[in-house]
Amino acid sequence: MTRSALPGLGIATAFIVVGLITAFTVGRYPVSLAELIDVLGAHLSGRPSAAPPAVENVIFLVRGPRVVAAVLIGAALAVAGTAFQGLFRNPLVSPDILGASSGAALGAVLGIFFSLGVVGIESFAFLGGIAAVAAVYCVGSLLRARDPVLVLVLTGVVIGALLGAGVGLVKYLADPYNQLPAMTFWLLGSLASTTASDLVPLAGPVLLGSAVLVALRWRMNVMSLPEEEARALGVSTGPLRIAIVAAATLVTSASVATSGIIGWVGLVVPHLARALVGPDFPRLLPTAALLGGGYLLFIDTLARVAAPVEIPLGILTAVIGTPFFIWLLAGMQRTWS
Amino acid sequence: MIGRELEVTLSRGEVLALLGPNGSGKTTLLKTLLGLIAPLEGFALIDDKPLSAYTAAARARRIAYVPQVHVPTFAFTVESIVLMGRTAHGNLFSAPSSADRAAASEALARFGITALSARPYTMLSGGERQLVLLARALAQEPQYIVLDEPTANLDFGNQGKVMRELRALAAAGHGVLFTTHDPNHALRAADRAFLMREGKCLAEGPVRDVLTRPQLEALYGAPVETLTDPATGATAFLPG
Repeated sequence: MTRSALPGLGIATAFIVVGLITAFTVGRYPVSLAELIDVLGAHLSGRPSAAPPAVENVIFLVRGPRVVAAVLIGAALAVAGTAFQGLFRNPLVSPDILGASSGAALGAVLGIFFSLGVVGIESFAFLGGIAAVAAVYCVGSLLRARDPVLVLVLTGVVIGALLGAGVGLVKYLADPYNQLPAMTFWLLGSLASTTASDLVPLAGPVLLGSAVLVALRWRMNVMSLPEEEARALGVSTGPLRIAIVAAATLVTSASVATSGIIGWVGLVVPHLARALVGPDFPRLLPTAALLGGGYLLFIDTLARVAAPVEIPLGILTAVIGTPFFIWLLAGMQRTWS
Repeated sequence: MIGRELEVTLSRGEVLALLGPNGSGKTTLLKTLLGLIAPLEGFALIDDKPLSAYTAAARARRIAYVPQVHVPTFAFTVESIVLMGRTAHGNLFSAPSSADRAAASEALARFGITALSARPYTMLSGGERQLVLLARALAQEPQYIVLDEPTANLDFGNQGKVMRELRALAAAGHGVLFTTHDPNHALRAADRAFLMREGKCLAEGPVRDVLTRPQLEALYGAPVETLTDPATGATAFLPG
């Protein structure tokens, strides 16, 4: 640990700070940096602000919830991806490898199909994600195999495909004028309709799951070694794997339930974080969280301002993520393998 | 079904070599002794207490495992790898203490690889990796160290170096068990040898008594040649 984590953490912190400033100031109603500082300072100290009320509304009611949601979701997906890549000893794994996203997708489209309200749809998505991973874990554990991790991943892929078929069926049966567009829009991911009331059901699970992962950070180093080696080092791999999967699933499901499906963040950001500070989880997890939050902030700001209509987040993360990931693959010997 | 009526004992301060052809059950025996798999019948004991009665951490404080040299998925630094040997000395959430860091750097110094500590483990040569894994085992502060083919994939010089380190570990009071495909390594580094074929013990005892041409021919089912140095009387075996 001679190599300091500070430069990497500094870069990640600077990234999210710039992301925050950009997200608050850029948009259809431009807010200057001076106004932002004045309004935030006034809010913190309790004195009245000099800025017009419209600026305050934009900052606290329009952009505020969306910015907080983007930071939480980006950080959550990045942390979950980091945890899963370590746990499955595979740098190509993303948080939805065990079916969390497909389960949430099925839950959400069912919620839309049954015309539930926003709360109903989000609850269905959240529970769908958790139920899918629980099912994958149970089936995977029933299959006795030499490599439990590989069986788990393969089970996740298979059940994810089945859930995808379920999503297809519900879309096929849905009302094509009202429900189908809503489903399509949800599956592409967006933070456009995020309000302050969405933040509590999002922040609770995300903070709880992330806290568990951070608490287990040293053990996660050992869990990224081959199964038998980790056990010989004194780790009870079975219970620990359940704890890590449960925590990562909690944060992923809560994120996907709020924003819809946003791919790539959980796959690409852990690589960036490893390139900055190395694979050691105690420093990797905070770096990944900062980078992930900043990344989704930039993406979401782009989604708001790049075109006259909102661009779905899932499309932007893919457009930016794909070339980036190819670039990563070209130089992958440096960060892993 | 492998491993019928086997009895292996390992005492502290001695080196035991486990030999046998491919598929003879060496690895299964090794994993049973490490408590990684449960014996189908019978029991494995440390200090007269069954292995299954220990927690994973308590077991790891008694037996360390040195796997065959491999390339892990992520480029941990050498220091991180050796610090992982301290896992069993902390609780589920604890960060390495200063005592853990001291034990890790002492283990690195013991094998003369302190200079490697900030290097990524993935960038090391096979011989260096083997020393790092040995340092990790030592940092674990175990009574017994079990090694799976510690000389596989090493060059000639590093094979000798690892064998000398195994002797030194035993001299420091550790019980050392290793598997090998080279009877000469057993002859040179081990006190006793355990010959295994088709899950059964073929012979067991001091290396000089057990490692003989007829025994090795029976063990591997192949002809073996013996070379003797007329000056020192030392012997070596060649596959015939």
